[in-house]
Amino acid sequence: MNHLIEPFHYAFMQRAFVTALLVGVLCSAMGTYVVLRKLSFIGDGIAHASFAGIVIAYLRGIDYYVGAGIVAVITALAIGVVHRKGRVALDTAIGVLFTGAFALGIFLMSRQQSYSVDLQSFLFGDILSVGRTDVVMIVVLAILVALVTALLYRPLLYTSFDPVVAQASGINAPLVEYVLLVLLALTIIISLQAVGIVLVAALLVTPAAAAYQLTTRFAPMMTLSACFGALCAVGGLYASYYLRSSSGATIVLFATVIFFAAMSYKQIRMLVSAGASRRAVLAGGSQDAP
Amino acid sequence: MSAAVEVRDLVVRYERVVALAGASFAVNPGEALGIVGPNGSGKSTLLKTVAGLLEPTSGTVRVFGRAPRALPPGSIAYVPQIEDVDWSFPATVWDAVAMGRFARLGLLGRFGREDKAAVQRALELVNMQDLAGRRISALSGGQQQRVFVARAIAQQPQLLLLDEPTTGVDAATEEALRQVVRSLVADGMPVLMSTHDLDRAAEWFDRLMVLDRRVLAIGDPEQVLESGAYSGIREHAHTHGHARTH
Repeated sequence: MNHLIEPFHYAFMQRAFVTALLVGVLCSAMGTYVVLRKLSFIGDGIAHASFAGIVIAYLRGIDYYVGAGIVAVITALAIGVVHRKGRVALDTAIGVLFTGAFALGIFLMSRQQSYSVDLQSFLFGDILSVGRTDVVMIVVLAILVALVTALLYRPLLYTSFDPVVAQASGINAPLVEYVLLVLLALTIIISLQAVGIVLVAALLVTPAAAAYQLTTRFAPMMTLSACFGALCAVGGLYASYYLRSSSGATIVLFATVIFFAAMSYKQIRMLVSAGASRRAVLAGGSQDAP
Repeated sequence: MSAAVEVRDLVVRYERVVALAGASFAVNPGEALGIVGPNGSGKSTLLKTVAGLLEPTSGTVRVFGRAPRALPPGSIAYVPQIEDVDWSFPATVWDAVAMGRFARLGLLGRFGREDKAAVQRALELVNMQDLAGRRISALSGGQQQRVFVARAIAQQPQLLLLDEPTTGVDAATEEALRQVVRSLVADGMPVLMSTHDLDRAAEWFDRLMVLDRRVLAIGDPEQVLESGAYSGIREHAHTHGHARTH
């Protein structure tokens, strides 16, 4: 028991656990939309693009959440505009935008005399460096994202399944999509310190993909995904404490294991039920088994 | 009596393609108007423009005297072709039909007893009440089409638009859908629907329209079909081989 609470003796570990839990739940819940709307690449794109914002914020001495937030939201909206108006395929447009912004970040960083360890931590995440004001910022943004998502729950659900009919019925589907992209941008910003730019997309996609294997309705999928996210985040953080490993990488590895466990469980269950119906056919002589 | 839908000189142009080149017609309350025409004749474009999903390049579309997007939420129900959505979405039949209520409810409205009753009634109308708990990915094409129609009915719209709902469905489903549409029309609903099925047009529709980017003929279904307007464009379409995307 002492082992379990040992990390909590340190204030920085307390902050890390609060951050991990929030990030795990929020990313995974929002990931439900990412997976169902097939936006995985957008998550990765926004995360990478925000690196330019982080570097600019660092060079100008402004808060990194402001810098990264502005760039991430602009990128998200630009992706939405290109998607609606552009004649370029969506993944091409994202590819151009995010690599460009990411390169700008690296370019600006490389011109600095002293290489900053701070900036590197954003690439791979350093949850132990989360300060007190960071936690406040993360809590405020997480509450904001959760509130807006709850308010838009029905339009987000309908436009995820059938945006055309939703719009015909009078729902402003393009506006809902723009708001979702901004919510995803904020979610990613919140998560960068915990898991890093390179791995945040995994936390948006993997728990939701695991939950998709095991559920048949939207709300249970979102709930299960959030639970998986919390489990990965807290479990991964514990493991990284004892294994002295990178917190972001450990959290994502937890998620990967959960995904394959969920997939295997579903496959086995399908095989078992297929086997059962085959046996029923052989025993009963019925001919119309699926 | 003023028309439910009034379309005048409607032109819709995509980048290089003219999908509609000056179509004019009206749909009256309590009337089912069928649209026939070859692939690329602008049927889907016409339905989408009346639904407010596409903007006219020129000309006007009025639904109860207003632009489609200016109507109160829930006014227009659009039934797309079933392959337009991803049926692996995690939802039951009930969940999918309940979405028909969302536009009316707005952001803060509670999904209450009235909404549940509307969903239940819609499921019963298309005879899907026993499959309410089934995951939509496990449905046949005919059942998927019934779900789409039930969702439109649950919306309690003022205008019903259907894009080839009888394509690829079994005979029982087609007949069930026809009875649902006829009973809605009997209650005063205006219906605009595209179809490939000429043989049963007289049973489905009060009037039939032959479309090939313009309205070539409109009127009593049997007279329109006898007039040869449709077979004429069919041969024309064959000889010129114009396959346009819609």
